Amino acid sequence: MAKRIDVSGLTAYYGAHKAIEDITMHVEPGAVTAFIGPSGCGKSTFLRTLNRMHEVTPGGRVEGRVLLDNEDLYGPGVDPVSVRRTIGMVFQRPNPFPTMSIYDNVAAGIRLNGGARRKSEMDELVERNLRGANLWNEVKDRLARPGSGLSGGQQQRLCIARATAVAPDVLLMDEPCSALDPVSTLAIEDLIDKLKSEYTIVIVTHNMQQAARVSDRTAFFNLAAIGQPGKLIEIDDTQQIFSNPSVQATEDYISGRFG
Amino acid sequence: MSQTSHTTVKSAPAAADVRPKTLRPPRLPRWSLAALLLGSAAVGVAAGLLGGLESRAQWGLIAALVFVVARFALTSAVEGRRQAVDRLAATLVWASFVLAMLPLASLLWETVSRGGPGVDWYFLTHSMNGVLSWQDGGGIYHALLGTVQQVALASVLAIPVGLLTAVYLVEYGRGRLAKAITFFVDVMTGIPSIVAGLFVLSLWIMMLDLGYSGFAGALALSILMMPIVVRSTEEMLKLVPGELREASLALGIPKWRTILKVVLPTAIGGITTGVMLALARIAGETAPIILLVFGNNMINANVFEGAQSSLPLYVYEQWAYGTEAAYDRAWAAALVLIALVMILNLVARGIARWKAPKTGR
Amino acid sequence: MTVNDTKTPGTDPAPRGQGQSTTRLGDRVFSNLSKGSGIALLVIMAAIAVFLAIRAVVAIRANEGNFLTTFAWDANGDPPHFGIAVLLFGTVVSSVIAMVIAVPVAVGIALFLSHYAPRRLATPIGYLVDLLAAVPSIIYGLWGALYLVPRLTGTYDWLDDVLGWTGVFAYDGSPARSLMTVGILLAVMILPIITSVTREVFQQTPKAHQEAALALGATRWEVIRVTVLPFGRSGVISASMLGLGRALGETMAVATVLSPSFLINASVLESGGGTFAQNIASQFKEAGSMGRDALIASGLVLFLLTLLVNGAARLIIARRKEYSGANA
Repeated sequence: MAKRIDVSGLTAYYGAHKAIEDITMHVEPGAVTAFIGPSGCGKSTFLRTLNRMHEVTPGGRVEGRVLLDNEDLYGPGVDPVSVRRTIGMVFQRPNPFPTMSIYDNVAAGIRLNGGARRKSEMDELVERNLRGANLWNEVKDRLARPGSGLSGGQQQRLCIARATAVAPDVLLMDEPCSALDPVSTLAIEDLIDKLKSEYTIVIVTHNMQQAARVSDRTAFFNLAAIGQPGKLIEIDDTQQIFSNPSVQATEDYISGRFG
Repeated sequence: MSQTSHTTVKSAPAAADVRPKTLRPPRLPRWSLAALLLGSAAVGVAAGLLGGLESRAQWGLIAALVFVVARFALTSAVEGRRQAVDRLAATLVWASFVLAMLPLASLLWETVSRGGPGVDWYFLTHSMNGVLSWQDGGGIYHALLGTVQQVALASVLAIPVGLLTAVYLVEYGRGRLAKAITFFVDVMTGIPSIVAGLFVLSLWIMMLDLGYSGFAGALALSILMMPIVVRSTEEMLKLVPGELREASLALGIPKWRTILKVVLPTAIGGITTGVMLALARIAGETAPIILLVFGNNMINANVFEGAQSSLPLYVYEQWAYGTEAAYDRAWAAALVLIALVMILNLVARGIARWKAPKTGR
Repeated sequence: MTVNDTKTPGTDPAPRGQGQSTTRLGDRVFSNLSKGSGIALLVIMAAIAVFLAIRAVVAIRANEGNFLTTFAWDANGDPPHFGIAVLLFGTVVSSVIAMVIAVPVAVGIALFLSHYAPRRLATPIGYLVDLLAAVPSIIYGLWGALYLVPRLTGTYDWLDDVLGWTGVFAYDGSPARSLMTVGILLAVMILPIITSVTREVFQQTPKAHQEAALALGATRWEVIRVTVLPFGRSGVISASMLGLGRALGETMAVATVLSPSFLINASVLESGGGTFAQNIASQFKEAGSMGRDALIASGLVLFLLTLLVNGAARLIIARRKEYSGANA
């Protein structure tokens, strides 16, 4: 299931503004990769280029290659819709569909993609994914209630269940805990640890302790100055990055000297 | 569950059934759209010629229908049902846009092409005094004069009330009264103009027996204008940042002067825009004018006494005569009216753009 | 009040804490003035209802026929004999036709502007739609009577061929001055208002929800179906009701296009029928004192009808605001 991502020479623009420049890296399959860096360094933008969400933003455009197990996501004839079905995403703010019940939120992606025609099949999938998101016990008695009635942390786990329900190869998480309290954050981190056996996970985070806790590998992004494009400074095993980074800027950032 | 799906393999439905098999699903070539367009146009023409259909609209309808069906079938066969539905939706959305633009383009075209030849200096500077309905000649001077006077008078009545009401709602209004006013201002925007006319008719003409006049018409127009002014002013005042008010109040300037000297001037651009849009709206009103101003072929410069005319009423009257000469005058007057309304609109938007609230973000 | 003002603010250095309690004269005058204006608006609304009701009572008392069910309008006769049955029927039918045509098209254009049109096109077109809302109704009427009516006979003939058997779409080939034509014209007229309100609501659909749908691998239409339409539903309803309010009360476009009669014709394609506003405009010049009272009575019904529709639309909008506000 989990697939490998190889990025080479990737540059992304917002209109005329260059947001990130010339990024080359590998994302290992079945592991958690964390992106860290100061605000505006383009880590979220980079994340969004990995499932072609960047081009949804008006003026958004990308140069370079992103290979998913050797298939270029930006190659000719590649359908962005298929890409997004293969590479799921969890957003900064929990965003369950407000007009849908908890059940329907999880079922939404499956229905769109024409899976699980029978009710029993769908029930099973919904339960499986809610269990997978450590949410089943909390919501099993109120599946028909609107998803917006849950707490922030529960909503975010619901969104994770919604994303996993379509069985993606890769799960991208854009600061999934930044809007949550510490207890909910812990629940999500547990969940990430559990999910990495099945998915390649990439997580953008502001919180360095979080990166250290959940990730196997960490990539540090930085920008030369405000208005300059963000760049990848280094990527290495998380332990290495946090104990003995090879670039001075990384150490400065991690030790809290800036950012 | 953390042991992944292996443990539940028996009962677990293959989650992979929603996984796309490839990132490169089959796609129709790009030229297929152009080919489809041409092909369905050809079918439309052929069907029209063979079937002997006279109306070009029917040709177009057939072509459009063929296009929609063929595109859906083709996409469905090659790219799958989801893509086909997506394409169908896009086609319908574009079609509704085109469909809506047709009558509107036609309306503007007809007005300009039929009205254009009739508009000249003579037309603008003469009344209909002594011109019979089937005769050529005559003009709209009396109607223009009436419209300008009535609209000006209506604004004099409506703008102060509208502005002050908006000020009340934004700066003072709390509780039930403000809520009631807000609600009824909204409802008031929906009053049919003829009802406003009937109201003034029953009060001014039937009860007080004051006779037809431009002023009676202006009364009805002001009723139509007030809620629009309130609404737009309210929106603009809400955009004025609270810090501005506080800064002024902190200097010891009384609230009412703060409103007059700080709040209103800050919002003046937007307020002017709203007022001009309201002017454009009431300048085209016909129904209350029929009931209250009555119509007059001669110049009556006294807005307070005796029947007058107005531009929209003039269009209606000329249409009602039903002669070719009168139709020509109706179109020409319609063109002048449209031009007037459009100029008011454009100026209003121009002001809005210039004086866009400089409050930053 | 200017006089009072020059005395106060300059001389005393504003005891700030008590500013509220020691209201200055200028403040009091100004706040009362603005409050008075607001109240004046309420009074006007009430006065409209009261004055129309007074005349309506006079007319209905003198009426020999049944005000609700009589198929005739002989208000000047002795005794007067009139009823609004035909007008109510015509008003409702023409407005319903207008809604059936305009709402789907308006939703389509709104989607076009919010989600389909290239950005460079969307702004000027949105602007154009707003301008079209400003075209005076008499010009729509003129265009309808002189351009549209002669061009509809062919289509009506065809409708008669296909659907004539229903009776509703039977057509005798006479000039197309019918409720259907009125409905089509009204649809064109209310299109801009429904479009602009609907577009605004669609544009407010939270980006987060649309991106959530996109990230699940939804096509553009699926994003709209899953997020935009459910989010905008109440907005579409209230916009439609605002449009309905306009259609119900439209006078000139109906008066110029419709060939009225005081019979209800089962076919919407053939001439006949009437609407409240059209009837008032066409009968007014010949109406005597009782005739006017009768027209005012029918105007009162129209007033209440539009009040109901607009009030409902506004309530829906208000409720939606609270709902989305609580959720945001």
